[in-house]
Amino acid sequence: MNSLRNTLRIGVLRGGLELKQFLRQRESVVFTIFFPVILLFIFGTVFKDTIAPGVTFSQYFVAGMIASGLVNTGFQQLAITIPMERDFGTLKRLRGTPMSVSSYFIGKALLVTILMIIQTALLLIFGTLMFGLNMPSDPSIWLTFTWLVILGSACSTVLGIAFSVVPKSGRGASAVVSPIVIILQFFSGVFFVFTSLPSWMQQFAALFPLKWLTQGMRSVFLPADFATQEVAKNWEIGKTALVLILWLIFGLVFAIRSFKWSKE
Amino acid sequence: MSQSHAIEVRGLVKKYGNKAAVAGVDLTVEQGEIFALLGPNGAGKTTIVEILEGYRKADSGQVKVLGFDPATKGGAGQRWRNQIGIVLQSTNDSADLSVIETISHFANYYENPRDVQQVIDEVGLREKINAKARELSGGQRRRLDVALGIIGSPQLLFLDEPTTGFDPEARRSFWELIRTLKAEGATILLTTHYLDEAQALADRVGVINEGQIIEIATPDTLGGRNNAPAKVMWLENGSTQEILSKNPTEEVIKLGQRFNGQIPELQVLRPNLEEIYLRMIGEVK
Repeated sequence: MNSLRNTLRIGVLRGGLELKQFLRQRESVVFTIFFPVILLFIFGTVFKDTIAPGVTFSQYFVAGMIASGLVNTGFQQLAITIPMERDFGTLKRLRGTPMSVSSYFIGKALLVTILMIIQTALLLIFGTLMFGLNMPSDPSIWLTFTWLVILGSACSTVLGIAFSVVPKSGRGASAVVSPIVIILQFFSGVFFVFTSLPSWMQQFAALFPLKWLTQGMRSVFLPADFATQEVAKNWEIGKTALVLILWLIFGLVFAIRSFKWSKE
Repeated sequence: MSQSHAIEVRGLVKKYGNKAAVAGVDLTVEQGEIFALLGPNGAGKTTIVEILEGYRKADSGQVKVLGFDPATKGGAGQRWRNQIGIVLQSTNDSADLSVIETISHFANYYENPRDVQQVIDEVGLREKINAKARELSGGQRRRLDVALGIIGSPQLLFLDEPTTGFDPEARRSFWELIRTLKAEGATILLTTHYLDEAQALADRVGVINEGQIIEIATPDTLGGRNNAPAKVMWLENGSTQEILSKNPTEEVIKLGQRFNGQIPELQVLRPNLEEIYLRMIGEVK
């Protein structure tokens, strides 16, 4: 059998199996899919201020939450579940079969893609109905949205696989990974308006992809003239793409080189 | 490379820090044979098996499994894995998938998988076909592991303590399954704590202790068992008498003459495999 086709075929089958397993774990469904929606509800209800003419905090927050959603379904979810699979012996068993590591990665990427689509759709629907999020009418803005989502989730997936070598055990993985995500969310302008943060915090956040993703999502969902309110006085779309691509390459190389099948 | 031996190991050494977990092991397993590795915990059984399975790298020595070095990376390794089946020690994965979902999925990985329904019958999980792995008992869970090990029609099957947690009936039916696989031509390398299992299944047994193979023999001749003195026991003067004899028949005839017929509570005991084994691993220390 053609080996590339076989790798893809098994990757797709693994994606289906991963999704089935994911949906059967109620905690993970709630934590990964609904948690951002719940956060949106809380923040949107509590903070009703307007931060610029025609821009409420809840609109600002939805843009940040969509970006965070990519980090939740990819990075956070994988960096927590892969160490658990390592503990349970799932990875060791797979290693003992003819299944290739590429098929395993393809399965994970498919899972993340499906979860990300569900979650983004939920946030968009909820944000529009409850908090008057403006849907862009310009097709070129939807194009930006599309590549941001694709590049962002690819980046998030490979970094999640790469980071899965860090937690010592599946049990402790959530305690290692979740604080990193929450701190990055605070620093990257998800929970607060980015320009109101101290500049050292802004500069630190600029090293990581989330800050660029949230800024990119604001360029999609906030009025065009809000760009003047940003730190750089514009949306920095080209720079955003560059930072995400660099992280994607770094994550991919690191994920392939450092992946561990068992604890040893 | 000749493929006459299923497994060929020469001078295998594996160290963890300063301690040699495997200290120079030679081992040959023939095609179609059931070979059992016996040894106490920490003797090096699992280390040897995991080197043969390609999970660990040897520090020195030669290893050929189905004519292939398991430490080789890349696509060749994948083709090789098509021909081997692995049943690891206790696992806990795929908890949210059912028996049929898990086995059918794993069948996709192999070029010539066995029939899924047939495998389910062979391991005796027909009644649990739609149960999630987390709902299975320890023994049933183990049978699922075995099912995943044999689904790819392996030429060579590794079984690491396969029947831990089985009830006696499940163990008997598992032994039947292993004999069926052997009859179909598979080679099987088994590690076990159960001496009766080695006795019932193995063509040859290797006893390992402190990283070295002490002896390799058939279960009936291990440790000179066939020539070892037998214990003759009887009741006399209100207490049990016993003597060890290389020629127990002669002793029994003598006793028969002395008692003039019936010898009270006569027993003649050959050393069983367990006694021989315990004596062997005790001797090393």
